[in-house]
Amino acid sequence: MTTTTDINDTSSPLSTLVQEAKGLAAAPHDAYHDDGETHVAVNSERNRPLYASRIKVYPKLAKGFFRRIKWAVMLVTLGIYYVTPWIRWDRGLNAPDQAVLIDFPHRKFYFFFIEIWPQEVYYITGLLILASFVLFLVTSIAGRVWCGYACPQTVWTDLFIYVEKWIEGDRNARIKLDKAPLSLSKISKKVSKHSIWLLIAFATGGAWVFYFDDAPTLANNLLNLSADPSAYMFIGLFAASTYLLGGLAREQVCTYMCPWPRIQGAMFDDDSLLVSYKDDRGESRGKHKKGASWEGRGDCIDCGACVAVCPMGIDIRDGMQLECIQCALCIDACNDVMKKVDRPLNLIGYDTPANKERRLKGLPEVAVNLLRPRTVIYTFLLIAVSAFMLTTLVTRATIDLNVLRDRNPLFVQLSDGALRNGYTIKVINKEHVPQVFRVSLEGITGAVLSRQFVGHENVSDINVPADSLKSVKFYITLPYANRGQLDNGEADLNIVVQNLTTQETVKNATVFRGPED
Amino acid sequence: MTSAPHKDEISGVDTTGHEWDGIRELNNPLPKWWIYSFYVCILWSIVYWVLMPAWPILTTDGWTYTKGLLGYSQRAVVTEEIQDAQAKLAPFRDKIAASEFSEIVTNPELMSIAVAGGKAAFGDNCAPCHGSGAQGAVGFPNLNDDDWIWGGSLDEIHTTLQHGIRWDADDDSRFSQMPAFLADEILERGQVEDVATYVLTLNGSAEANEQSARGAVVFAEQCASCHGADGTGNMELGAPNLADHIWLYGGDLPTIVETVSYSRTGVMPAWSTRLSEGTLKELALYVHSLGGGQ
Ligand code: SF4
Ligand code: SF4
Repeated sequence: MTTTTDINDTSSPLSTLVQEAKGLAAAPHDAYHDDGETHVAVNSERNRPLYASRIKVYPKLAKGFFRRIKWAVMLVTLGIYYVTPWIRWDRGLNAPDQAVLIDFPHRKFYFFFIEIWPQEVYYITGLLILASFVLFLVTSIAGRVWCGYACPQTVWTDLFIYVEKWIEGDRNARIKLDKAPLSLSKISKKVSKHSIWLLIAFATGGAWVFYFDDAPTLANNLLNLSADPSAYMFIGLFAASTYLLGGLAREQVCTYMCPWPRIQGAMFDDDSLLVSYKDDRGESRGKHKKGASWEGRGDCIDCGACVAVCPMGIDIRDGMQLECIQCALCIDACNDVMKKVDRPLNLIGYDTPANKERRLKGLPEVAVNLLRPRTVIYTFLLIAVSAFMLTTLVTRATIDLNVLRDRNPLFVQLSDGALRNGYTIKVINKEHVPQVFRVSLEGITGAVLSRQFVGHENVSDINVPADSLKSVKFYITLPYANRGQLDNGEADLNIVVQNLTTQETVKNATVFRGPED
Repeated sequence: MTSAPHKDEISGVDTTGHEWDGIRELNNPLPKWWIYSFYVCILWSIVYWVLMPAWPILTTDGWTYTKGLLGYSQRAVVTEEIQDAQAKLAPFRDKIAASEFSEIVTNPELMSIAVAGGKAAFGDNCAPCHGSGAQGAVGFPNLNDDDWIWGGSLDEIHTTLQHGIRWDADDDSRFSQMPAFLADEILERGQVEDVATYVLTLNGSAEANEQSARGAVVFAEQCASCHGADGTGNMELGAPNLADHIWLYGGDLPTIVETVSYSRTGVMPAWSTRLSEGTLKELALYVHSLGGGQ
């Protein structure tokens, strides 16, 4: 592959890189002099800097199909992010009416009709597992779709770059502005850009805290300056990171900080659709005069449009690169050019390595093969985990029962020869009204329930307030005459708890212990 | 794996010579902002050393450490937190100390604090003899069961805790003294065996026979005055129930013979001189809550 980019055009970050590389490649060998000393040139490899300055990227605004998709995705994702905390959801008197709420003080997570208690945090684990399978599946089908379209880093950076373009102008204007000496208009442009960035950043941090408290109340308190200091702290923290990562660091985050680009390289295969430059069709590239023949040359007119729009500042024509987030903006840019020069579209496009291989062999392209072992396995796991989570969600009880057997002592011998075991029964009432639960035993005969200071009539009923957990110590006594049920000092039994209003019943299996014979 | 560093054909960048499964590492320069963040971290650590406890130093008094300008100490924080927690509990504990048992047991909040406090105090003071689960051991009563030598009501447990058992230093200590029937030559060896055989029949562990019949006569003469004619004991006197299934030292013939021959004199300290009244109440409530309370 030959590079004919105009390397003297310093406006292109690529050419800066190319110049650097060429300079290095041309580094002269050390000269050995008769005085026995070695003289090393300043630009020798030995003097190669260990640290590189950042080369600023000035992405040009792309226009076209993928840019429109990205605007739409931005609208939807940011919309969801900013609007969600304001959606109301009626749960009755004793519960918050915010549809999505992470309630740390009460240790509960509300998501529309779902309420997650601390002991159900595994649902969140499940959601994270689901999310990763979706990510794996999508990545193996169409590459870094997440990075290119939906990652918050990409979405916010896109927004920040758009603001930059709106105030300072497009790529060339911005390059010029940065080179221009300090002037009133330059200062005013920079100040307004950073102010708007900070506004967006604070709005981002501001929206975040609404997920953790009742949004209207908190908004009011924030404005009155009477909200909890931690709310201001988190707004500040998120504003700072949004401004830093989306406004200032941008592509550096993807290239140097994010682990995902390293991992996903392992997820592509020959049938993955990746944003690629079809060099079999584009080469050999070169400037093209209007009306000149296309015979004996490639379709790439080496206009650099694809490099100009790239938010990562790279050249897709160099092949697959770690830096490429596959945002597809170079597709839009090149298609624009192809239309102008009247060549077929998609010189840069979603392409699979397998098809490229076929084209090189002169074979026709084939449709993308979606049924590959990895996509099938990911899909299967996705369905299995979703089905499992859905079933547990639908069938989960509004009572939660937990039985803890006393282990110290394992059992107590009573004076009349009876045996007694202690159990701590924890019942959670997930209803928003108080409930009475009746405790009974199953699978053991003759055993008697008792509780400290509770008369025999009330012994089996537990009153649990709305949305609470109650822990009650029960004793089960097995009379001497019923000892025969113990098998090697052990008998299985179920502790059954029934909600007297809803008749809902849950059981918990446990054992009764006595001396081993 | 290492190979000789060379210039990568595609990027024109040197490799480091490190190679894994054919993947070679390029020796790209580090971005400058990265190294600057690193310097900032180093600066920060110096600030931290100055402000916070950081370095061990050897002085003439042994090892100590630089305390830092802020004087922060995790130990002080914990002490403070414990004090805070105790200050929060103080009104409840005062109330427990000042209240009758009957008032405490009807107040679920006080009750839960008392039982929790009692559990902690039990672990610190009582567990060495009675076991961490109050399950007892030979000679140390199991406090979970329903068999009490001196009574299992809250007040009785409380009295036992206050004054102890056979604790000479406390005038109100509970005292019971069974004679050592063989050692004191009150009974003959044969009579001791007879009466022990009879005792075994009281809870049905052994069938009555000729020997136990002889023992019954000895029992009526020597033992019934304290343990009762039927052997069910007397809590007023601290005479254990011999007709149940619970034995402090063991319910087999040789152990009973030994008990009758040489007597048993287990001791429990009086705790009123060591623990506060509130703690004693909490302990009584905790022991009572173990399931055997009367
Ligand atoms: S090379 Fe193309 S797809 Fe990759 S980041 Fe740049 S513009 Fe996006
Ligand atoms: S935009 Fe298309 S034609 Fe222009 S340089 Fe890039 S690949 Fe070549």
